[in-house]
Amino acid sequence: MLQQKRWRFAILAILPTLAIFAWVRMYPIVETLRLSLHQWNILSKNKPFVGLANFRELFHDQLFLNALTNTSIIAFGVVILTVPTAMVIAGLIHHRTHSRFSGFYETSVFIPHVVSLVPAAMAWKWIFDAKLGPLNALLEFFGIPAQAWLFDPVLSVICIIILCSWQALGYAVLIYLVGFKNLPVSLFEAAKLDGASGVQRFWFVSVPMLKPITLYVSVVTLISAFNVYAQAFVLASDSQGAPGRQVRVLVLDMLENSFRNYRVGYAASEAVVLLSIVLVLTLIQFGLLREKGRK
Amino acid sequence: MTQTIAASSAHPKAGGRMRTKGKLIDFSIDVFLFGFSILMILPLVFLVSNAFKTPQEMLAWPPRLIPSDPTLENFRSVLADTPLPLWIFNSVAFSTLSMVAIVITSAIAGYVLAKFPFRSLNIIFILVLATAIVPFEVYMIPLYFQAQALGVLNSLWGLLLGYLVMSFGIFLVRQNVMHSIPDELLEAARIDGAGEFWIFWKIVLPLLRGALGALAVLAFFQAWTSFAWPMIVTTTRDSYTIEVGLALFQTGFTVDLGRLSAASAAVLVPSITLFVILRRNFVQGVASTGMKE
Repeated sequence: MLQQKRWRFAILAILPTLAIFAWVRMYPIVETLRLSLHQWNILSKNKPFVGLANFRELFHDQLFLNALTNTSIIAFGVVILTVPTAMVIAGLIHHRTHSRFSGFYETSVFIPHVVSLVPAAMAWKWIFDAKLGPLNALLEFFGIPAQAWLFDPVLSVICIIILCSWQALGYAVLIYLVGFKNLPVSLFEAAKLDGASGVQRFWFVSVPMLKPITLYVSVVTLISAFNVYAQAFVLASDSQGAPGRQVRVLVLDMLENSFRNYRVGYAASEAVVLLSIVLVLTLIQFGLLREKGRK
Repeated sequence: MTQTIAASSAHPKAGGRMRTKGKLIDFSIDVFLFGFSILMILPLVFLVSNAFKTPQEMLAWPPRLIPSDPTLENFRSVLADTPLPLWIFNSVAFSTLSMVAIVITSAIAGYVLAKFPFRSLNIIFILVLATAIVPFEVYMIPLYFQAQALGVLNSLWGLLLGYLVMSFGIFLVRQNVMHSIPDELLEAARIDGAGEFWIFWKIVLPLLRGALGALAVLAFFQAWTSFAWPMIVTTTRDSYTIEVGLALFQTGFTVDLGRLSAASAAVLVPSITLFVILRRNFVQGVASTGMKE
């Protein structure tokens, strides 16, 4: 009787949230999966079922393949740049926890992570600007010819990697700081007594002990970098108002197919590819973590 | 550092040398971190500084941190060309409403999922967790058509549709309830004849204040920095959020970096100030994402 009353309260309390959740999360997710198997251009009424035809077409679509390559390069570039840097910076900040400036270090490393994407990208647009930018001025000062950073297809990918890493770093440092704080102090004391230097302690104690954190940070950074859009939109758009012509990324290609070419089913199949990438990354993370737990 | 002190008491001379060496290392680490921190915020500092520069001064090398001839011309022309205050208002309203919706839904769902051990609720929790890993970008196109069907495109409600719930928020509250609210407390209240709603309102919510504060800050900034969703939902100049407005403004023909900097600075300065004030909440919220088991 009492149990039943509690059950009724639980269901009534969670029902509105659940309804919203089903409506704005689960339904659109299922709908994405369904649409990816259909051909639908917004204008026509009927959506014929086409099976995997969308996916087959995707892998011959030069624009899509280009977007997939760019996005992957950006994502892995960001991880390679961010994760080791974050670990070292977090280690140093942790070492100087009692310094008067530790709050300042944490805050300024974290600020790029919270500022809005577009204004932050604007700051970098100035740095990379071919005519006005300090980067080219600096290069010329050292006798290196100026580069058209944002107009060269290869260089603009590098610019996006730098911008994304600058933003991702704060989050990674923060998570590493939590990790450093949770490491057992006794281990470091023992290493110190054995005469290990600070660098040795970092390399032989912290790095192996922080492996789960490294895994977590790498996967989260990868996943968020696979969804890169705003950064590419702002950095790689030219003044002629042709956003993202230089660097095509997955989300951009998807939105263009859906809203410019009116091929919604096709765009949905791109979304499914994106989802599969994210799922595979997550599964790898869980797999590796479990393997570690078993040992 | 405890070790150096211990060593110094045993061998005063060697210990003294070690301590100065340790201090020297600490000092150089401080110098390095200080330089690195400055480097991290330098792009933003220059952005604000550029906002006050004349076009001639923008060309100066090396770039000056404090403009020699500060001008408000950039701000004036941005305000004349764009409905910047309206965009800021849209962003603030959207972020606030999204924050309120997420805090309410997460608090209720998180509490129920933590303290009511029924099998049907477990299934719900698994569904919540499963959708948490699906990026927003994956399902935003069908969501767009839902917004279209409701006739809420180009409005605050359309923006809000994508940011009503947050899987991570439900998860965060659930973890917090499990760790910080003992079953005995709730049982005692029940024995005293308290209703379930009263318990939630008078006992659970006050105990969750810290966690909900962190969640509120996270939710606000999530909506504030959202880009792809506002980009597709809003297509009229008056309904843009600040992010979309700026991104489209910068693709215009006649826009120079001075004015772009001015518009960006007008958005950055308040949000950074807000962040520095709420830093503790924010860090707590983000840090707890790393502690998922």
